[in-house]
This record gives sequence, structure tokens and C-alpha cells, in this order.
Amino acid sequence: MTDTKRPVEPLVFEYSRPGRLGAALPELDVPEAMLPAGALRKAAPELPEASEHDVVRHYTRLSRLNVCVDTHFYPLGSCTMKYNPRAGERLAADERLAAAHPYQADGDVQGILQILWDLERYLAEIAGLPHVTLAPAAGAHGEVTGMMVIAAYHRDRGGGRRKVLIPDSAHGTNPASAATCGYEAVTVPSGGDGRIDVEALKRLAGADTAALMVTNPNTLGIFESGIREIADAIHGAGALVYMDGANLNAIMGIARPGDFGVDVMHFNPHKTFSTPHGSGGPGAGPVAVTQALEPYLPVPFVAKRASAFCLSADRPKSIGRVRSFAGNIAVLVRAYLYIRSMGPEGLRRAAETAVLNSDYLRAKLSKLLPAAYATPTLHEFVLSGRRLAKQGVRTLDVAKRLLDYGFHPPTVYFPLVVEEALMIEPTETESLETLDAFAAAFAAILDEAATRPSIVTGAPHTMPVGRLDEVKAAREPRLVWRRGGADA
Amino acid sequence: MGRNGTHPYLPMTEDERKKALYAAGLKEGELFSSIPDELRLKRPLDLPAASGELELTREFHALMSRNTTTAQAISFLGGGVYDHFVPAAVDAIASRGEFVTAYTPYQAEASQGSLAAFFEFQTMIVQLTGMEVANAGVYDGATATAESVLMARRLTKGRGGAVVVSAAVHPEYVEVLRTYLQWNGIEMRLAPADNGATDCGQLERLAKGSFAAVVANPNVYGSVEDLAGLFAAAKREGALCIAVANPITLGVLEAPGAFGADIVCGDGQPLGCYQNFGGPSFGFMAARRKDVRQLPGRLVGETTDAEGRRGFCLTLQTREQHIRRERATSNICTNHALMTIRATVYMALLGPRGLAEVARQCAAKAHYAAAKIAALPGYRLTYGAPFFHEFVVTCPRPASDVAAQAALEGIFPGVPLSRLWPERTGELLIAVTEKRTREDIDRLVGALGRIGGVR
Amino acid sequence: MDPETLRFAETHEWAHADGNIVTVGISDHAVKELRDITYVDLPAVGDSTTQGDPFGEVESVKTVAELLAPCDGEVSEVNEAVVDDPAVLSKEPYGEGWLIKIKAHDPEQIKELMTYEEYETFIEEEAEEEDEEEEEEEEEYGESEDEEF
Repeated sequence: MTDTKRPVEPLVFEYSRPGRLGAALPELDVPEAMLPAGALRKAAPELPEASEHDVVRHYTRLSRLNVCVDTHFYPLGSCTMKYNPRAGERLAADERLAAAHPYQADGDVQGILQILWDLERYLAEIAGLPHVTLAPAAGAHGEVTGMMVIAAYHRDRGGGRRKVLIPDSAHGTNPASAATCGYEAVTVPSGGDGRIDVEALKRLAGADTAALMVTNPNTLGIFESGIREIADAIHGAGALVYMDGANLNAIMGIARPGDFGVDVMHFNPHKTFSTPHGSGGPGAGPVAVTQALEPYLPVPFVAKRASAFCLSADRPKSIGRVRSFAGNIAVLVRAYLYIRSMGPEGLRRAAETAVLNSDYLRAKLSKLLPAAYATPTLHEFVLSGRRLAKQGVRTLDVAKRLLDYGFHPPTVYFPLVVEEALMIEPTETESLETLDAFAAAFAAILDEAATRPSIVTGAPHTMPVGRLDEVKAAREPRLVWRRGGADA
Repeated sequence: MGRNGTHPYLPMTEDERKKALYAAGLKEGELFSSIPDELRLKRPLDLPAASGELELTREFHALMSRNTTTAQAISFLGGGVYDHFVPAAVDAIASRGEFVTAYTPYQAEASQGSLAAFFEFQTMIVQLTGMEVANAGVYDGATATAESVLMARRLTKGRGGAVVVSAAVHPEYVEVLRTYLQWNGIEMRLAPADNGATDCGQLERLAKGSFAAVVANPNVYGSVEDLAGLFAAAKREGALCIAVANPITLGVLEAPGAFGADIVCGDGQPLGCYQNFGGPSFGFMAARRKDVRQLPGRLVGETTDAEGRRGFCLTLQTREQHIRRERATSNICTNHALMTIRATVYMALLGPRGLAEVARQCAAKAHYAAAKIAALPGYRLTYGAPFFHEFVVTCPRPASDVAAQAALEGIFPGVPLSRLWPERTGELLIAVTEKRTREDIDRLVGALGRIGGVR
Repeated sequence: MDPETLRFAETHEWAHADGNIVTVGISDHAVKELRDITYVDLPAVGDSTTQGDPFGEVESVKTVAELLAPCDGEVSEVNEAVVDDPAVLSKEPYGEGWLIKIKAHDPEQIKELMTYEEYETFIEEEAEEEDEEEEEEEEEYGESEDEEF
């Protein structure tokens, strides 16, 4: 047996030996440049000196320490961890995209611009909102972009609205995005059915309200069936409805946000349109808006002149650029390819199957732990692990033990409105056998919690590391490797 | 879609569907009973019918064939995105499913591969920039710059309502900064760079009452700035110093940390990322340890498990939106992790000598090109300031004409400056990377000479 | 400090007046709820405080909690020992783990807070409410039967 204290894989710096290199360039065939001496490094950066073999071996071994969608069921609520089609990976790596420079003439990149143009139209159709920007780099970036559009709209009409209404079940990015635009977040309570308390919302909405930020279906997986009434109340107060589109997977082809009163929404292609999560990105955050809000969208945008496409910045009331260049193009191309490969019927079936898989799993699991709300759910549901406290077991422990059974845990401790929450979203790309296996593991773990809880509280036991000391990591942050292991 | 409604990405068969409905206690048509009927879409989505992989591939290739890119030309395009050599090993690692299809590493025990790579990335960025801590990356250099200014604001607790920005910072970065600052009542003052480098006296004057100063090195013109002088001036007025850096140049150029930068940021595209028509790349941010609690983005920390085994986890998460919500340092959630993994592998392959060699070759080849172009009648170097691997040339004809003509010969001679400032029609921004050979450059010079009207 | 001599806020801060100097800390109930405290953010000497407004924050790995001032005044002392090592707060919330001292404009303000007995009752009632909800759930779920999955 190996020494259990040794890390399972060293850091790349620990492979370093003086004189090794992993990539070589051809000899320089022109004279050296004369640069001002004061501008030059006096010491080389301490990057590792390693052979290509060692680098490839090291990162390959690191990769094998990861759980990923390719190997594990990943029922993370509101993350939509569906399968990432390999066709998207192959095609989006095409050299004629990879080697395209953003400052090339428009005539050089008509193929790329056609894809962006088409994608905007597809997203508009799915959202039921006529205008789309593809610029934002992530969902949260789309949120702040959307909130800026709202702020610009109100500014154009005299301003003075300082508040944004946000349900208590909202994702943390919602209030954070509102704050970035200088808004004050006001919490809207949920009712006993897990939905927004419409009467409370009507009392809160007033002349100082800029917008409501809503997720629909919400983070409990529940469709806000009162959304029309909610939207009317918000519009009646002169405010706008922003929708966080993270849960769009539940309603593609079933209902369209533009049809139920939404003015602005963002998409998460790395959720709904299966662009890969990449260990934390890159994703993208396209935003769709009503006609009235189009003037405020960011620049640049794809325009059509005669039959040729171009990138235009001709939007006088635009909030401006939200990032450099036009967007996360390689991610957007994957979203385009996914939508083309599913078609209208495929997207609709994906939504239906996502909901059915969730209902199937909920029926099984809610026999073991209570669903947070009796209300019907769509593509995801929330359970509460509160009753395990008697056995000294927490939701976190169940999550870690699931890893030993070969599953990535669901989302835990979110949404905040549910104590000891487990938020579960199976997605449509998982088979019933997988869901059955997950439910069986879940039951086994709850059994362990009752009969020998220490195996659960001490989990995981079969991962490359045991449960990590996150308290130590926060109290004495070591954020940089130093030779000799000294603190950083 | 298959004839019986199945699809390669939808495993549920008709039989299974019936079984699942039964097990869930639902009848056909009840799946969406919580959505009021009047809100339901009553028609199919108006989208093209599904294409299988074979047809889609054919169609996609037809679309791509309408592109002419730097792979089919000799490119001297820069201006924030560069044509650098990407070793094959970077693609091999970055295309592994374990990195591509993994999620954000919230469950640390399930993500030791990604977390170790991010820890290495943070370390390498610190080493390059001469700072003390770095985050695990943000979206791009422009948003990194905006986040750095907002961070400086938090650090100075609202003292001073303005930020000085060099007019030689990339105009798209300045625009993004403007987009973010317009909601916060922060004034942006531009310090002129009329001679290709930031005017130190003007910067100092404008820094009075500013909480931060932002300078890019090299700047958008490719010029090497006097960071020591500019930062000393900013500090005299009590402003925090933010340096925007091109990480490739840091193989040779002194680290901004050595000149007293408080925050260093920039775009990581040159480190192993393809041009991708401008995205995705990634942004980086590095700071002093004492300021780490105001640094946005993810931070990976080293720790141990119960048996003392080293491991890594996300740490100081109380800065982030999922905990601090409206009081978070930033709303950022998903970042550009896979791109930072590319950069980490790239830097590991090149090492200190390799990165220095890439930077050295970029500078040498750019200077070779500049000298030859300056000798062409009708052309001159616009600025006398020292430059790294990009420089601006004033042309005898409108630069966009020059570019269009050169393209006919398979050469992209540079970015017409009118792409950045519409009124600057006579200038061309030329970037030279290690990928260009002496022969490539001689061809550029020849083409420019011919186009300039000289026989 | 003997907790029985202290005053308590519903938000779990405690206060003790000695003349016009009010010492402020958090209760051991709060410390237990927070679990492992990783960081304490305290104001600077000279900063002003307003009753009911935040004067600082205490963090654990997964939470941030505001610290609310029990009275108006100026911060006269800050307990650097807790800033340097938050474990001191966890170990002795009523002793070495005090947080700040305020030069109070009106030390009588802290009499608006609960006595020790009232605070104990308050946290008991909170816990009872939770237990009731849990019991209702238990009746529904009881012991898990051996289901076929």
C-alpha cells in the first residue's frame, strides 16, 4: 500500500528539473530586439521545467481524479448536467473558426456571422422575445447585462427607481447582479406552496421598483403559475420583469417567457443547450428582450446589409460593450449545433423527458426524504434532509457518501429557503436504469444513516482524498505553491 | 429524430415513457399541468427540423468554407488577440472529457484534478505578474479590468470618486469599464497618450482625487510604458495602481508587481488559446495578499484531509455571490475554467525559458518588420516610443485600403486603427508573433511597398 | 464575563455596560450555530456605531453573519486577538472572545435588550418550533421501509 499521506498526484512544479523543456521553437532568424533595459525582467518566472511527456502524464493523471458527466450521473439542481454531444466538440474546433481573428474584415467571416445571426433567431423563437444579444460571457454576465438594459430603460424615462424585487429562493447571482447596477435588492417571500406570494409582491411593487427578477420554473422546480398576474402587477407599477433562464430546460417548446410577460431573460447555453461545463466554464449568457428594450442592448450585434452580414455598433442608446469582441463564439457555435441537432420536436421532447425523469425520481426519493413542498415540480425537485439530524447526519454527509456509490451529489444547501436542502435535476439524457441505481444508492445511504451513521459522516472513503478540511483552507489560505512548501 | 421519436441524446423509449408515467403516478398530458393552459405554446417552435450528425457536419463545413481565416493567410493581426503557436499537447489535455464535462469544483473530493490545475494556474500567474495572490480567472481582459477598478474602489472605501485610465488602454476595455461604471457614479478620466505612451504629468494631474490609475503595458499601440514613473506618480496622489498586462510579454518584460502595482490584470488568450473570433479566452487578476478578501472570482486553496493527505478546495467563498449575494465582491459564478487549464498546460510545457523565447522572438521579429517598413517610402512608424511586438505605422493610403489590397495577396498586414477609433484612418496596427518567419515578414514588406505605390 | 449579567439581542449579540463603556460579543449559542468560525471583520477604533446597525461581520466557511451594534457610540477598543485567531471567539465567547468596546452615548440603551433568562427562553422557543416541524415529518416518514428500487 502506498503511504496514505503522500498526495495522489504531485503538482507540476514538483516534476520540474533544471534544463528540461516541453516545447521548442525554431531558431530565431532575425536580429534580437533592443528593448529598454529598465523594462526587462531581472529574474525568470519560476515556471516548471518539465518534458512534454511529464506534462502530458501529469495532466492526464489529474484529469482522472475528476468526476465528470462523461463518467457519472450528476443530478445537480438548476445546472442541467446533460450529455455534451461530441459532434459539437469536433465541429466547434474547426480551424476556420479557431483561426478567425475578431478584427478580420466582415467579408472574411460570413460563415461565422451566419451562425450567430441564425442562433439569435433560434433563441428569440425559443424565448418568445424578438431581440437577442450574444455578447455576455456567462449566465451571471447575462444577468448583469439584462439588469443594465433595464436600468438604461428607466434612466431614459427619468430614472429614480432604486429597487429590484427578488424572491427568497433566488440564486445568489440575482441580487449580486442587481447590486452591480446600483440597485437595492428587496426580498419577496414565498408562500407555503413554494411559489412567490403574489399578494406580498403586489404590496412591494411600487413607483420605486425597477424590476422583478424571477426564475421560472423557480429554483424549487415549481412553475410560477401566477406569473401572468405577477407580470401584470409589475408592469402596472411601471417596472419590468427579468427572468433568470437557468431552468429553461423544463419548458422549451412548452411555454415561452415572452408569452407570459417576461421583458428580459438570459439563457445558459452550458445548461439548456448542452455546451460543456468545462470544470467551471466557459459558458455564455445570451439575453433576449422585448422590442421596447432593443435600443439598450449591448454592442456589437450582427446586422444584415443586402445579403451580407456584418458586426455593427450602430445602437445609439446601447448600454455599451459588456466584454471585448463579440461573444464566446466557440461556445455559441456549440449551442447552435445542439439546437440544429435537436430541432423543434427534439427540444420539446427534451423538456418533456426532463420533467418526466424528474417526476419519476421524485416519486421514488420522496418516500425516503420529504419533498420540500407538496406542489408539483417540473424538471427538478428539492428534498429536505432535516430529519436525519436525529442520527447526527447532515445533507452534506449524504452528498459525500453518494460519491462512494459512484454518483456526483445533487446540489446541497440551496435554495436557502429549504433547510438541509438537496436539489435534484436528472435531465433528459439519463436512462431510467441510471435513475433506479441512484435511488437504490440513496436508500442504502439513508439506511446506513440509521444503522451505522459514522460511515456516512466520515464519507467519502473511496475518492482520491478524504473529506477535506475547508475550515483550515479558509482560516489559513494557501493560494500559491512555494518551493519548500512555505506558506503563501 | 428516429422514426419512433427517439434521438441519440434522448434515451427514453416509448415503452419506458409509459413505465415512467405509471411509476410517477401521472397520466399522459399531466406533465405540465402546473402551467396554465393559456400560457402554453400551441404550435411547434419555428426552428429548422433536426439534422443528424452526418447532415449537420456537411452543412457546417459548407458554412465554414465561407470563412477565410488567419490559417489561410499570413497574419499580422493583433490588437488584443494574437496568432500564437499552440502545442498539440494543450489540445490533447484540454479535450479530455474529465476536464471538458466536469462541473465547477464545489464538491472538492470529486474535483481534485481541476482544483490542482487551478492552483497551479494561480501560482503561475503570481509568478508572471510578480504579485502575491491570483484568482482562478474571469471572462476576459476587459471584464478583468472592470473588476479590478471595482475592487480598487472597495479597497479605498469610497475615498475619491474617479479613476484615471490611460488613453492607450485598449479602447474596448475602456468601453467595458465605462459600461460598468455608469451605474456607480464613478468618473472616468482619460490620461492622454498622444506620443504612443501615457503622459506621466497628465496622469499625475488627473490622479488627484482618483482612487486608482489604470495603465496597460504594453499598451494598445504596442508601446512599452514607463510603469515605474507612472505608478510613482499615481501613488503620490494616493491612487491604487492597476496594470493591464499581456502575459506572453511577461516572459521578458519585468513583472508589474516589481513596479508597485496593486492589482495586475489582463487577457490570457496568448497563453494556449485559439483566436476563436474573439472568444472565449480568459481574464486574470492578481493582487497583494492583504487585499485577497476583495479579490473577486474563485480562489483555490491547499488543505489536507483527515489523514493529512494534501488536497485542494475552493476557499474564501464568503466573498462570492452564492454566500454573500448582493454584497458579493462580484456576481461572477461560471468563469472560463477550461481556458485557464489550457493556459496552465501551455505554461507548463514552455517553462521559463520557453516563454522567454516566445516573447523574445515576438519582439525580435516585430522590430525586424518595423525597421524594414519604416524604410519604405510613404510609410513611417507613427510613434517614437519603444515597443514590444506590436507597433503602429502611418500609411501613404487609408489603412483599410492597404489591408484590403494585401488580403488579395494572402496577407493580413495589420488592424486598421479605424477599427478601434473610426477617425484614425491612416494608421495600421501591426503585430508580429513567434509564428511568423523572416520570409513571411519580407513578403509583408514587399506587399506594403507595392501597395504604397513604390516600384 | 458571567453570561447571567449580560444583555442579549435577538440577533445573538451580548452587551455589558461598565460606566459608559459597553463591551460587545456574541453568545455561545451563536458560536455553535456558526460552526467553525474562519474570520472576524471588526471596525476601527474611532468608528461610530448606531444601535441596530452592522458594525462588523463574522464568517464561517459557508456563511457570513452581520454583527449589529447594541447602542450608539464610538468604538474605543477592538479585540485584535480575535481578529488574529478566530478560534478564541469560538472557545470563549463570553471571555477572551469579546469583540469590541463602545464608548456609549447612552449606556442605558442596552437595557432594551433581553436579560439572560429572557434570551434562554427565546432560543428555547425557537428550537421548539423547529422540533415540532420535525416531529410532523417523522410521523409521515417513520422508519424507511425496504423499498424495491
